[in-house]
Amino acid sequence: MLFKILPKSELAGLFAALSENDIIGPVHKGDNRAGTPLFDFARVTDFDTLRLDFTSTVHSAKRFVLPYRETLSTFRITKDSWEKQVDFNIERPFVLFGLHACDINALNKLDKVLMGSVYPTPYYAAKRRNMFIIGIDCIPLSSCFCRSMGTDTALTGFDLFLTDLGERYFVEIRSAKAFQFLKGLSLSDPADSDHDLYLDKNTAMNAAFVAHVETSDLTKILDLEFESPVWKDWGARCLSCGTCANVCPTCYCYGVEETVALDLSSARKEKQLHSCNLVDFAEVAGGHNFRPESASRLKYRYYHKHRGFVEAFEESLCVGCGRCGRSCLAEINVPDVIASIRHEEMVSDR
Amino acid sequence: MNHKLEFVDVLAESHEYRPATDLKSFEYSHAAEITNVYPMTEHEHLYQLRIVDPEARSRFTFRPGQFVMLEVPGIGEAPFSISSSPSRHGDLDLCIRHVGTLTNFLARVGRGTRVGISGPFGTSFPVEKMYGQNILLIAGGLGIVPLRSPIMTVLENRSRYRKVDIIYGARSPAELLYTYEYEMWRKFDINLNIIVDHPDETWTGPSGLITTILDQRIATASEGFSGRTFAIVCGPPVMFKFVCQRLIDAGIPMQRIFVSLERRMHCGRGKCCRCNIGSTYTCLEGPVFDYWTVMNLKEAI
Ligand SMILES: Cc1cc2nc3c(=O)[nH]c(=O)nc-3n(C[C@H](O)[C@H](O)[C@H](O)COP(=O)(O)OP(=O)(O)OC[C@H]3O[C@@H](n4cnc5c(N)ncnc54)[C@H](O)[C@@H]3O)c2cc1C
Ligand code: SF4
Ligand code: SF4
Ligand code: FES
Repeated sequence: MLFKILPKSELAGLFAALSENDIIGPVHKGDNRAGTPLFDFARVTDFDTLRLDFTSTVHSAKRFVLPYRETLSTFRITKDSWEKQVDFNIERPFVLFGLHACDINALNKLDKVLMGSVYPTPYYAAKRRNMFIIGIDCIPLSSCFCRSMGTDTALTGFDLFLTDLGERYFVEIRSAKAFQFLKGLSLSDPADSDHDLYLDKNTAMNAAFVAHVETSDLTKILDLEFESPVWKDWGARCLSCGTCANVCPTCYCYGVEETVALDLSSARKEKQLHSCNLVDFAEVAGGHNFRPESASRLKYRYYHKHRGFVEAFEESLCVGCGRCGRSCLAEINVPDVIASIRHEEMVSDR
Repeated sequence: MNHKLEFVDVLAESHEYRPATDLKSFEYSHAAEITNVYPMTEHEHLYQLRIVDPEARSRFTFRPGQFVMLEVPGIGEAPFSISSSPSRHGDLDLCIRHVGTLTNFLARVGRGTRVGISGPFGTSFPVEKMYGQNILLIAGGLGIVPLRSPIMTVLENRSRYRKVDIIYGARSPAELLYTYEYEMWRKFDINLNIIVDHPDETWTGPSGLITTILDQRIATASEGFSGRTFAIVCGPPVMFKFVCQRLIDAGIPMQRIFVSLERRMHCGRGKCCRCNIGSTYTCLEGPVFDYWTVMNLKEAI
């Protein structure tokens, strides 16, 4: 990894140069009722609309690698046979300009299950191998708890990472491609004073955390408390709406549906992202439902993220971005749920 | 200075054909032809399928207990246990109950229909480990389907096994599957006991719950079950608990009791999460589990 200093005025130049590709970045979408700005990732063509000072986006950048609905294959049907065509649904590489560490880590986690284990998913891999990622530092919201999940810094999974030092960016250059792209811009080596500013920035970030999740022994505690009545209380509040999975950068479960053209000449197989909170998630043919109550489904979501994934990959499937909690109309959030399971005081009670 | 990112073709980077690691194989299915449809009951048909390409057919190998994903374009894709012997490779028997979109569609098709087959997926019954041992196969209802492949394997290698018992329970005589084979199974020195919940006028066998027969069998086991017996159990969720508990009480160690579990599956490849029990993927670590593992899975049975 190389560390350099880039004057802020140079960033527009980098953006312009990268504009030969599609650029996706954080933009301001509007304000909520309380006047808080809402951000989302979108295609950006004008550098001035790119909001690198964004807090968190409502949706994660997941949809650019895992679209909500995606065609897996199409079929050409003839009288007594058929032919399958497969397309991975990506034509050209793209740039993600401005991902926070949590979202970079979310992609790294998805890599483990979608590319790193048996039956790697080509639809995901094709997009993942065709993205150029520029990270940007952040100041956490009160609902963010990435620090607890160990995802407040990104060590891998980006090409460039920018830390705002006021007039300059502290730049981590991770890929040769990124190094190549920076050539011609006025880069300099960081001075001792830049190191100090960088560390100050880190201190400020750490001081801003309000929400915490205690993860020690969590896998065992989740096992121990599998029958805990606490789950029933959360289940009674949950609307089984699936919003949490939808906004989550690491939720990847899905369902497959097939449709056939009216003239029977073609058919389509599509996958649609699902949510384990939705009632039919574990229902099998004949009507038996393995998780009929919302409590068992909500519990399963936590169990998968904070136990199952840890067992498989030695890390949790939650990056502490806080999106699920901020979006949930029933005010269900990870720090509170985990605290209640651990018989600890909940943040919302304090 | 060129800032154009170069397109990476993931397939070009991919390796030769290796089903579990190759990106090409994810959405690949073998073209297969339905060569015969045999209605076994009102709701279940036996389908004989044949992978069309002769080379792919002979290369298709599986182990008893594994399943395939069968797809019909535009209708659906679902998991089905292979119910033929592994020695027949890509000439597969599937027994399918008509319960939903895809399966009801299959109820109406005939010989010559083209379907897609991918797999085999999942874990299997360790039939080689069972050499020289007694085997107790216990099935309830459609649970006989995943057991037919190990049954065929046992028949083909009968001398390698000691006593073999099949205990099979169904709701009524009309719902019994593979009736045309019972004679043959018995000829291969298999002790076949069948029991139905609701007998009709033609039924001369016993009626009641499957556990009745199992209790009798356990009581008459001359040398006990402890050291030299394996059990294979498959049936509706309620059956497992009662049957497996009796087997444990009879002295069969949990790691010698194997069950095959059913869950919803939309991929068969550890990606859609629909099949998870607790956080275990039934499609990868199952459908065949030993009972010790099942006891350690949350919400398994
Ligand atoms: C490992 C395994 C082996 C199986 N073996 C057999 C067998 O040998 N014979 C047999 O008749 N049935 C078997 N089943 C059940 C069979 O997969 C379902 O009956 C089938 O999915 C119903 O599909 P459908 O489109 O007709 O039903 P619908 O209810 O219309 O289902 C719609 C979709 O939901 C999913 N789905 C619904 N129910 C199930 C289910 N029970 N299991 C998995 N996915 C489901 C499928 O993706 C299906 O396409 C097995 C299931 C599993 C998990
Ligand atoms: S936890 Fe909240 S967002 Fe998630 S399904 Fe329940 S109500 Fe919806
Ligand atoms: S579970 Fe919630 S906090 Fe954790 S990564 Fe998903 S959306 Fe973010
Ligand atoms: S069937 Fe999709 S993960 Fe098991």
